[in-house]
Amino acid sequence: MNPLAMDSPTGFLALMGRTTFHFLAYLGQLSALVSELLVAFRSGVWRLKLVAGQIVSIGYGSQAVVIVTGAFTGAVFTFQTYAKFKDFGVESTVGAIVSVALCRELGPVLAGLMVAGRVGAAMAADIGTMKVTEQVDALRVMGVHPVDYLVLPRFLAMMLSMPFLVAESISFGLMASYLVAVYGYDVPASWYLGHMVDHTNMEDLSIGMIKGFIFGILITLVACHQGLKAENGAVGVGSGTTRAVVISSLALLIFNFFLSILLNYIFPLGTGT
Amino acid sequence: MQTASSEILTTSETEQPFIELRGVCKRFGKQEILRGIDLSLYHGETLVIIGPSGEGKTVMMKHIIGLIRPDEGDVFVDGIKVNGLREREMAPIRQKVSMLFQNAALFDSMTVEDNVAFPLIEAGVKDKNEIKQRVREALEVVDLQEHMKKLPVNLSGGMRKRAGIARAIVGRSQCILYDEPTASLDPVGSDVIDQMILRMQRRFKVTSIVVTHDMKSLFKIADRVAMLRRGVIRFLGTPDELRQCQDKEIQDFIEGRSNITG
Repeated sequence: MNPLAMDSPTGFLALMGRTTFHFLAYLGQLSALVSELLVAFRSGVWRLKLVAGQIVSIGYGSQAVVIVTGAFTGAVFTFQTYAKFKDFGVESTVGAIVSVALCRELGPVLAGLMVAGRVGAAMAADIGTMKVTEQVDALRVMGVHPVDYLVLPRFLAMMLSMPFLVAESISFGLMASYLVAVYGYDVPASWYLGHMVDHTNMEDLSIGMIKGFIFGILITLVACHQGLKAENGAVGVGSGTTRAVVISSLALLIFNFFLSILLNYIFPLGTGT
Repeated sequence: MQTASSEILTTSETEQPFIELRGVCKRFGKQEILRGIDLSLYHGETLVIIGPSGEGKTVMMKHIIGLIRPDEGDVFVDGIKVNGLREREMAPIRQKVSMLFQNAALFDSMTVEDNVAFPLIEAGVKDKNEIKQRVREALEVVDLQEHMKKLPVNLSGGMRKRAGIARAIVGRSQCILYDEPTASLDPVGSDVIDQMILRMQRRFKVTSIVVTHDMKSLFKIADRVAMLRRGVIRFLGTPDELRQCQDKEIQDFIEGRSNITG
């Protein structure tokens, strides 16, 4: 018997129980989607034309958003840190601080959040609309598994696009930071670049790329799941799209914390020369 | 009047049913939709399913193609137990049976031509000339060849239905399920669809199940009629038997009479 169908008891414990049940059910549904995705991946039928189309939509189409986000984050971070660091006489370290922060945290997280908003919402809305207008059922009737046709191409495109988007976000953040420091605060360019290069290594950049890759997986899973389970017409698609953005953004931030801890073991901070 | 347990048409008695539902029950939450449906359909037959809205006609049809699984009972298509298959094992069933959805369910992002070509491409047909030829043939059957480059959004309701039919027949399925094919069409548009269903049966011996509220259409195309009411088959018989049926509720339904007076 479905526990949700029972008369709902009230009270804190009942609420906790229901929340836990919903959470576990949600994890179960995501696991089922991952398992179908693995079957689709292993089948070798990847529909590369669709993947290319999704790369254009996800990767190429998101560039402006992540570039602007990265650039202005780098600029404002430099603007704020320089003023405070100057009080302590360590303004020469601004380049290094901004660079490491952008590579390890700000670049991947902000690019991830922007992509979750732009691409995650689009994925959930596209698939959700297809679901409520029976286009997903039409696929099934023609012997095409919806995960093979709708989820796998988006998944592959996202995994390929996200590391590049993160790299773009970091690059433009660093460029903006350089401009603010060198032309805004008259920091000598060699000083800024020297500290930045000395204290930023490939490991820092790798962390950003790895995080981008994992965030891409996370956003696709959450958004496609919300799309595939959409029901109740336009209202259902709308609420599924909202949930896709909220859940993927929150999951991204939570995952980022644990990923940072894990990746810090693999690529410890502070080993730069 | 015949009931669900009645014998099927005598001409089909020796054949094995192409589609068979045995004791199919389905509930959604607390609502019991189907309560032990038994039904057999034979090769080349056209069965029309009627009944008030929300009585589970589409649900019953979706069981046949494996879009919905029964809570109890079994569904067989050409001897294969549909509800025993997993989603990825449904291909043999879905090569034999195709479906026209109520709103046609054409893919928004594709032209009519691409929509109709889709089942062929996905079935692994590689020869582009063969695909073009079969798409053209299917669109000729539904008289849509002039609109093949249009997107679904630029088609009228009737044209969308016809494009949906072209997509359903292009794979040369043995059976087509039609979910309200004439709903929201003008009388001439409805007749075009009816004639197409008849043509499919006569030319290609296609087995058809048609869910409809259109009584005119029913008497044109049906070999047998099933009326679904409160989750069971209230009537099963030929159109003539339906006309002669003395059951008031059935007569009210086919005559479109309600208890409400103005």
